[in-house]
Amino acid sequence: MKIGRFGDYGGQYVPETLMNELIRLNEAYETARQDEAFQRELTHLLNAYAGRPSLLYKAQRLSEALGGATIYLKREDLNHTGSHKINNVLGQALLAKRMGKTRLIAETGAGQHGVATATAAALLNMQCEVFMGKEDTERQSLNVYRMELMGAKVHAVTSGTMTLKDAVNETMREWASRTDDTHYCLGSVMGPHPFPTMVRDFQSVIGREAREQILQMEGKLPKVVMACVGGGSNSIGMFYHFIPDSEVRLIGCEAAGLGVNTNQHAATITKGQVGIFHGMKSYFCQDEHGQIAPVYSISAGLDYPGIGPEHASLYDSGRAQYVPVTDEEAVSAFEYLSKTEGIICAIESAHAVAHAMAIAPQMSGDESIIICLSGRGDKDVASIARYRGRNVRE
Amino acid sequence: MSRISDAFAANKAFVGYVMGGDPSIENTEAFILSMASSGANIIEIGIPFSDPIAEGVVIQRANIRALSVGTTMEMLFDMTLRLRTQIDTPFVFLTYLNPVFRYGYDAFCQKCAKSGVDGVIIPDMPYEEQGEISGYCAKYNVDLIPLVAPTSNDRIRAIAKSAHGFLYMVSSMGVTGERAKITSDLAGMVALAKSASDIPIAVGFGVHTPVQAAEIAQIADGVIVGSAFVSIIEKYGANAAAYVGEYTSAMKRAIANHL
Repeated sequence: MKIGRFGDYGGQYVPETLMNELIRLNEAYETARQDEAFQRELTHLLNAYAGRPSLLYKAQRLSEALGGATIYLKREDLNHTGSHKINNVLGQALLAKRMGKTRLIAETGAGQHGVATATAAALLNMQCEVFMGKEDTERQSLNVYRMELMGAKVHAVTSGTMTLKDAVNETMREWASRTDDTHYCLGSVMGPHPFPTMVRDFQSVIGREAREQILQMEGKLPKVVMACVGGGSNSIGMFYHFIPDSEVRLIGCEAAGLGVNTNQHAATITKGQVGIFHGMKSYFCQDEHGQIAPVYSISAGLDYPGIGPEHASLYDSGRAQYVPVTDEEAVSAFEYLSKTEGIICAIESAHAVAHAMAIAPQMSGDESIIICLSGRGDKDVASIARYRGRNVRE
Repeated sequence: MSRISDAFAANKAFVGYVMGGDPSIENTEAFILSMASSGANIIEIGIPFSDPIAEGVVIQRANIRALSVGTTMEMLFDMTLRLRTQIDTPFVFLTYLNPVFRYGYDAFCQKCAKSGVDGVIIPDMPYEEQGEISGYCAKYNVDLIPLVAPTSNDRIRAIAKSAHGFLYMVSSMGVTGERAKITSDLAGMVALAKSASDIPIAVGFGVHTPVQAAEIAQIADGVIVGSAFVSIIEKYGANAAAYVGEYTSAMKRAIANHL
């Protein structure tokens, strides 16, 4: 029996040791999602603790400067912990608690998901251990300290390429050794079922709010909804409630690193092929032998060789479009948004801003674009300065 | 019956694992011949993968070593074909699903059959996803060997029924690697599997000493050892063949004494 599929994508490709745990998790989630008390508690935390609903901000100066479409920013960067990751983490942590778990483990790339998980663990009085590629612990050392401040233990992962993919490997290995008291709080819409569905549901609050907000502000739906895509959680959260609105274009912006014609990128849809890895069938950057390729992006959060299975399906059906955005384009957008709007966004989110800058001038002022501004850029300031040749100390 | 299940017919079976191409194909070939002549009943050959999520650090490093010398699936098929002219010992490929998916399920299973590979173990393909490849395995008579774990509980019966060749019983939670002590209720797991199927059962993960092997041989039909072989190969490199043979003999003796 095939469960948890988006077309042919998805599935549960994990070692047998984890299967009963995934079955229990799926049952617990199905029960919780229909349980009003659970939904009430989650909504309360999202509103009272994380600061939802997040603003839909009309970026007047940016729109005028580009001279085309009216651009709106969905301000997930204003959430507690500074990114959309908190939406998913609060949901999973509450669920884990209901399942009797006392310990959360998580992978993290840029550190945003790790920080969000450490936050939820502190709030709900749970133990927390975060696995982070050694290279990322160095790129994002402040986030390591943030997690430690909140009582989490951070493991620097030294296997493989020492980045997000390897952090996922290591967290899966840890989970396979200890499931009785431990929940793997997976940070994106990837991995085995039920994660792609569950994480999408928790993140879909982004698009649900944005859809209501834009209808209120503009009186009509946007022409384009866009977001950056690594594993794909902020983008699927942004897209989900717009999928039935066939007139709304959905655009995911993936990391092209130094360019899709180099081998230094993480552009999974543009350059990857169908494969089976990290519990799911989807698109992956890989070689002709099926070895997972080392990927690269200036953005640690997009530095992942796969993409969630629902995106793979949206791509195949043509409902969503995926475009590559280079480091240079993202950094320029990061700077441009800072100057025009006084908003320093995450370098991940800047990939979406960059593509908006490319398409907005070809659109008219009565058409609107919503960009999911998935996170704030404080964590990136020092590395962007270095990218521009200035040695700024964190 | 297959060549694999035949290996359990007369005696308790000793199953040894080596990573193909670690440190070279020629060396792996020599190690396999040494294991076979020292009494190994089945030989598992790892096809290296970039991200072996069910492996502990010892076998992870072997994956990296094998990939770093450019080992491919094609080279390993050529190797088993050469070995098949010299020995009858059943060969089982152990790898992850993506390399097999990329190769093509039909082509892979057909090539296994042509190259003397009798079975496959794919740790990231659980019971629910066996349909990926089970039809092709059946078509070419390649045994699809499933795993059961200490967390499998009620799943054990269904998985045992689906098994071909043997049932790979994972002794412990977590990943591969040597363990001082195995604490799972192996006897209970074996009894559950036996109540559903008469498929032979071999136990692996963590087993490395002759004493452990002897204990497991009293409960199960076979003993699987992986990381201990890989450690010997890591230590002695190209010169490991004699040590691999010596270790095989010692483990085989330990298992036989308790028949």
